[in-house]
Amino acid sequence: MELFLQQLINGIVQGSIYALIALGYTMVYGVLRLINFAHGDVFMLGAFIGFYTANLLGISQPSVGALILVMTVSMAGSAAVGLVIERFAYRPVRKFSRLTSLITAIGVSLLLEYAAQFVFGATPKSFPTIFETQNISLFGNVTISNDSILIIIVSIFLMVMLNLIVFKTKLGKAMRAVSFNLDVAKLMGINTDFIIAFTFALGSALAAAAGILYSVHFTKIDPLMGLLIGLKAFVAAVLGGIGNITGAVLGGLLLGIAEIMVSGYISSSYKDVFAFLILILVLIVKPAGLLGSAAQEKV
Amino acid sequence: MKQPLLLKTLLIILLVAIFSISCEKKSSQPETTQKSTSDKIKIGVYYPLTGDIATFGQFGKKGVEMAVAEVNAQGGLLGRQIEAIYEDTRGQQQDSTIAVQKLIDKDKVVAVLGESASTNSLAGGAVCQEKKIPMITPSSTNPTVTQIGDYIFRICFLDDFQGEVMARFAVNTLKAKRVAVLYDNGSDYSIGLDEFFSATLKKLGGEIVAKEAYQKADVDFSAQLTKIKGSKPDAIYVPGYYTQVGQIAQQTRKLGMTIPILGADGWDSPSLIEIGKEALNGCYFSNHYNVEDPDPRVSKFVGEFKTKYNSTPDTTAGLAYDATYILFAAIKKANSTESKAIRDAISETKNYPGITGDISISKERNAIKSAVIVGIEKGRYVVKEKMSPIDQNVAENK
Repeated sequence: MELFLQQLINGIVQGSIYALIALGYTMVYGVLRLINFAHGDVFMLGAFIGFYTANLLGISQPSVGALILVMTVSMAGSAAVGLVIERFAYRPVRKFSRLTSLITAIGVSLLLEYAAQFVFGATPKSFPTIFETQNISLFGNVTISNDSILIIIVSIFLMVMLNLIVFKTKLGKAMRAVSFNLDVAKLMGINTDFIIAFTFALGSALAAAAGILYSVHFTKIDPLMGLLIGLKAFVAAVLGGIGNITGAVLGGLLLGIAEIMVSGYISSSYKDVFAFLILILVLIVKPAGLLGSAAQEKV
Repeated sequence: MKQPLLLKTLLIILLVAIFSISCEKKSSQPETTQKSTSDKIKIGVYYPLTGDIATFGQFGKKGVEMAVAEVNAQGGLLGRQIEAIYEDTRGQQQDSTIAVQKLIDKDKVVAVLGESASTNSLAGGAVCQEKKIPMITPSSTNPTVTQIGDYIFRICFLDDFQGEVMARFAVNTLKAKRVAVLYDNGSDYSIGLDEFFSATLKKLGGEIVAKEAYQKADVDFSAQLTKIKGSKPDAIYVPGYYTQVGQIAQQTRKLGMTIPILGADGWDSPSLIEIGKEALNGCYFSNHYNVEDPDPRVSKFVGEFKTKYNSTPDTTAGLAYDATYILFAAIKKANSTESKAIRDAISETKNYPGITGDISISKERNAIKSAVIVGIEKGRYVVKEKMSPIDQNVAENK
């Protein structure tokens, strides 16, 4: 029983990381119907911006303040990168077919990965300790580290915030309008270019937040770190119903728990097999994903 | 439309800039190589200069560079200067094959040095054997590498010896009898070490209480470690590479386990402690030599390396340095750059005084030498024990 609970906690932590990245994926898709394959790489850039910020500021004492500072700088920096990507890569091809945008997204992803290898070097780097990790004993032998708790809290908090922005603010209303019909939204006087740029900036900032929390937890960063995890987060977003914010978190948690349980009780070699098997099964039964439905408003 | 035009111009400028930068870099290299082709002795070096195990490649390259520079400064070999040609394998098998093919077919090297990972040396070695070009691997420890054929040599010890040494250390010194294993099931190196370690441990009366696997790309090991925790081991054996080991150590401590983690030479890299930090204190790994070793040969090499590259050499650097010198000694002895003659000369190497110990080449083209057990204390390496080959092993090889 103790072992099962420990594995469940491991799964929730792993799933929350997927959820954090899936949030940005799902939001951009919701507004633009664009699978932004570069999202995982913006996640990587967020981690590297955090790495250089912490080193430049010479943060030697881990503290909550340091974490917030590094995270803010990294989110702002990544939002700027997101804006640049949108302006120079996606906007010029927006009027062409979906396929063009998709291929552009793959191009941007590869560009970021290999440019990062060129600039930062391919060797994995150790992320500075900006947040003191401690073990908290729950009961018996079951433990959880405080950075894991932070990851879970932040992913739920961002999910709630994002839902509020999308459904309770004027900006959110405009985002939903753009997602329904770009041309009609433009006719209604919505500055669609601004809304789309804003969506990208927000999505990139979310990716950066995930990047920092990931780096604090796993301590190792490298230019290709966003590749696999970005793919998994994409799967999580599809699993939960792509375009649906709560679905992204649900999908992430499900994927994380499934992976850990398979590693823990069957074999780690099969974890991806089972994770993707779940995806296929869910999609056979509910093609729109767990919380997605054809009629639902998607943002 | 004004905008697209502006955009296109910007893009074109960017592209031109990128191309001119990359062309500049490329054009400067061939010039230097072309000038010097005819009368230089060329040796090929293939290493993972980028990628997951890039520090091995980077340090290995520096080790070769240093040896080449030293010999060239003393007038070279057979009255000719030496030129080393480096190829990047990115730590990938396919790239290793291509790299070695290129070195032999296009660059016409007389001998090949490399790789560090056994999986990649197996790929490159197959090419060398086929083309009958002698290859020395400085640091691939899996036994199958030299079994490729009679042109493939190694100057480091083997995984069977390394796994056995750590099992002896665990049972005899640490008194750890219940050991869990966490290995990389995609790596010949890791699988081999696990086998030899487990076999010796059982022979010495120990028990493998859990055996878990991970994949190279994994970053989360909590599921496997939780399972290991449930088996209540005295120690965990992780025969992996430093990037994963650092993370495994951290996650082990996060689950509240304080037992020692044991490993092998794949741990040896300055990045290990950088990534694993204090989680690695009280852990041990087997290695070829250690920079803290007071042996004058070692300290001279470490000192010169530090002045030249401003960093402490890792094991790969030391092994690459030794491998290069053994190759040079063989070329000198053969008094020729003909591949068969070099091959024969390498196979006759006896008690070469390398910085990683005295090296002799056995009938099976493997090195006979000793190993050290390195402990990590307060973020520093400390040599714990020096272990010689067990008698029967030596007898077998001789």
